[in-house]
Amino acid sequence: MSPQPTTHPIKVIIAKPGLDGHDRGAKVVARALVEAGMEVVYLGLRQTPEAIVAAALEEDADVVGLSVLSGAHLTHFRRVRELMVEQGLGDRLLTGGGIIPGKDQETLGALGVGRLFGPGDDLRGIVDYIKTWAASRPA
Amino acid sequence: MYRGKLWTMRQFAGMGTPEQTNERFKFLLAKGQTGLSVAFDNPTLYGWDSDHPLSAGEVGKTGVAVDTLADMERLFDGVPLDRVSTSMTINAPAAWIFTMFLANAEKRGIPFAALRGTLQNDILKEYIAQKEWIFPPEPHLRLITDLMAFAAERVPQWNTISISGYHIREAGSTAAQELAFTLADGFAYVEHALRAGLDIDDFAPRLSFFFNAHLDFFEEIAKMRAARRIWARRMREKYGAKNPRSWLCRFHVQTAGCSLTAQQPELNIVRTALEALSGVLGGCQSLHTNSMDEALALPSEKAVEIALRTQQVIAYESGVPNVIDPLGGSYYVEALTRDLEDQAERYFQRIDELGGIVPAIEQGFPQKEITRAAYEYQMALSRKRKIHVGVNAFVNEGEALEIPLLEIDEAVERDQMRDLAAVKARRDNGAVAASLRALEKAAAGTGNLIPGLLDCSRVYATLGEISAALVRVFGEYREQPFF
Repeated sequence: MSPQPTTHPIKVIIAKPGLDGHDRGAKVVARALVEAGMEVVYLGLRQTPEAIVAAALEEDADVVGLSVLSGAHLTHFRRVRELMVEQGLGDRLLTGGGIIPGKDQETLGALGVGRLFGPGDDLRGIVDYIKTWAASRPA
Repeated sequence: MYRGKLWTMRQFAGMGTPEQTNERFKFLLAKGQTGLSVAFDNPTLYGWDSDHPLSAGEVGKTGVAVDTLADMERLFDGVPLDRVSTSMTINAPAAWIFTMFLANAEKRGIPFAALRGTLQNDILKEYIAQKEWIFPPEPHLRLITDLMAFAAERVPQWNTISISGYHIREAGSTAAQELAFTLADGFAYVEHALRAGLDIDDFAPRLSFFFNAHLDFFEEIAKMRAARRIWARRMREKYGAKNPRSWLCRFHVQTAGCSLTAQQPELNIVRTALEALSGVLGGCQSLHTNSMDEALALPSEKAVEIALRTQQVIAYESGVPNVIDPLGGSYYVEALTRDLEDQAERYFQRIDELGGIVPAIEQGFPQKEITRAAYEYQMALSRKRKIHVGVNAFVNEGEALEIPLLEIDEAVERDQMRDLAAVKARRDNGAVAASLRALEKAAAGTGNLIPGLLDCSRVYATLGEISAALVRVFGEYREQPFF
């Protein structure tokens, strides 16, 4: 008997950590992911890293996406990644976007954070990235 | 208009510690800037102190941290506050940032009547777009009305509010939505002040506006023209303003941050020049031009100098300022202006049907309209129905960044927290506690809160202590997340 293909949609948590109120990008991306067939839980603004990871655990999310345009990306991505690893979600994808200089993207990449998107990146590129990551996961 | 007086060249600036921002102010003034504009960091915008646990990582990042009067003293050290006008982009805690500003002027012996500037103080667009609030709408509206009444008497040259479309547009709205929601917010402030018993001609001349200058050149000019027509009509016909100064829609313009690209960032100089020109042709009273590197970081000195010089080129070389409303009478611009007025009027009708702008906000109406427009804009780029040069057309593959970027030192947060602890140790803590208790009591009553806020500021109560005292009476606002 051949293995069943997985039918559950990719589940994504989208959140705005910290105090940054710029939610245009987070909402646009959330909607694009839904239109691409993913299930999205949008937590909204002013989320603590603890609340974000708790939601990821409760929802058994495949992907956590953070949006940070406030310059506080190093603090927030680092903390969310640490908590994900601590709570057994180290195999899930942490990705996101904002105004994040290349140098900081490298720093975060070395900590296990996935690709980070910025102004001008195409929505389809974000969708493709998540789908490609999901397809390459061990079953 | 500009033959008598050019627009004020006012670059929004703030980063790191008050000393660093003070240095940037002096740099800009030395380069020929004619007014100041303060950018506060995120914790300050929420009314929180730098040592609040949720301020971690945010102190001094996208603006300057101001915790107490001591920071205000450092921020404006050596700046002639009676000769340079100062704009402060602050909303939720605007009233107590303003009283810190006043307390500093008082200490320096500058009379309140000599102070000129603008407080953004526009909370309704926070619920709609920028999302930095503290209380539910009603107590915020009370504080705004209190400030209008206080300033009309004591700080008569101060613009008490800058009713802002900028953030609405940055959140993804169309030009028509920016126009409609901004003016609808303006009507709400006027109506609240009238209900509180203020006379329209006492406060209306100090109301000011703030619009975005986006990429569509003629549409932006038409939007600014339409705003003036709608405002003047409403003020005269609906609110019965008699003083012609009450009819004026005076506004600041900032070029569109969201139009800037991280790709080929030097092109942002050209985009900003075109947008700035639309602001000038649209008749702005002051102007901020964005820097080429702002899709990547806070601006470097080099980038901000080019941005300021762009305004100077328009002002002194182009000849554009020689005539008022030079596009008046153009069949195209007139038609666009009428069309935008009509679209705005249709939105006003929808908002009235929902019970006014505050109930409309509570029902998420403007927020949902903007979110939909933002998605459509992004899809238009994705499908190349809209072209953004360097992004979805004329792309340089594998381009390398060739401009320097400003970095904020991580030590800023530590330094700011150390300074705050020192202020708390040396101030009169008994006087602070007494002033906060008096404020809380006043908040539970109906009197004007500005004198109480000024008392707290004078004795170095922190921004966060004042917020906490008011939250105990007013409660906090929560938004239902949606996308």
